[in-house]
Amino acid sequence: MHVPLWAYLGLSAFLFVVGVIGVATRRNALIIFMSIELMLNAVNLSFVAFSRFHNSMEGQIFVFFVMAVATAEVAVGLAIILAIHRNRETVDVAELNLLKW
Amino acid sequence: MEIVIFAGMAVVAAASGVLVIAQRHAVYSALFLIITMGALAGIYVTLAAHFVWAVQILVYAGAIMVLFVFVIMLLNLPREEVRWAAFDARRIRVAAILGAGLLGELILMLIHGGAHGAAELSPGFGTTEVVGRLLFTQYLFPFEVTSIILLVAIVGAMVLAKGHYGK
Repeated sequence: MHVPLWAYLGLSAFLFVVGVIGVATRRNALIIFMSIELMLNAVNLSFVAFSRFHNSMEGQIFVFFVMAVATAEVAVGLAIILAIHRNRETVDVAELNLLKW
Repeated sequence: MEIVIFAGMAVVAAASGVLVIAQRHAVYSALFLIITMGALAGIYVTLAAHFVWAVQILVYAGAIMVLFVFVIMLLNLPREEVRWAAFDARRIRVAAILGAGLLGELILMLIHGGAHGAAELSPGFGTTEVVGRLLFTQYLFPFEVTSIILLVAIVGAMVLAKGHYGK
């Protein structure tokens, strides 16, 4: 028996929502970052599932570009977190309120 | 058989995905995120995306997560006493409502559009050869732009992480 498309999309939606909840509720900047990675992975799953069910390689090609952007984002983001930690001795986003009005 | 493999992988991915955001220490989050990515890689195999599977393991579970664990070790963070933002639970309630709404919306979408049957695969679907051919012919320009993005990211990360700039 074959797995239907909605099963893949359902898992993808679930992982994406878990990522959204993580970004909205956690205070540790590193865990917020990991939640963003979770969301990117969820979208990649959708791309690959659609690619398989439509017999078109474009979805998989796009996954590579998503991965490249994710890598760039992680490199710059972790460097920013390191710089913040060096200056403020914290990665708690609730305490980083310098730009807050 | 296929559905058993998918169900197992999906349960592992979903459970460890939830555990990623429920940990007090970022190291445990990183480890559960690696498990999630591994399970997703297994699902990619059932979707005939062999090259994406390899890249998922190498780049995501390998390179990106090593970078995460490296930074976590470097920061040497204490165990979090207050896990969630603003423990008066107001923000958590808002996030739960918005998350449930988003999930419901997505489920509604895939009830309407998710009944698509699997197409017959063309030969060589998802193999390295086909992916490479597409990347170096039809998608050559985006591929080259990607290299510039990575170059900018490397330079930016070095400038930001080096510190004591302006001296």
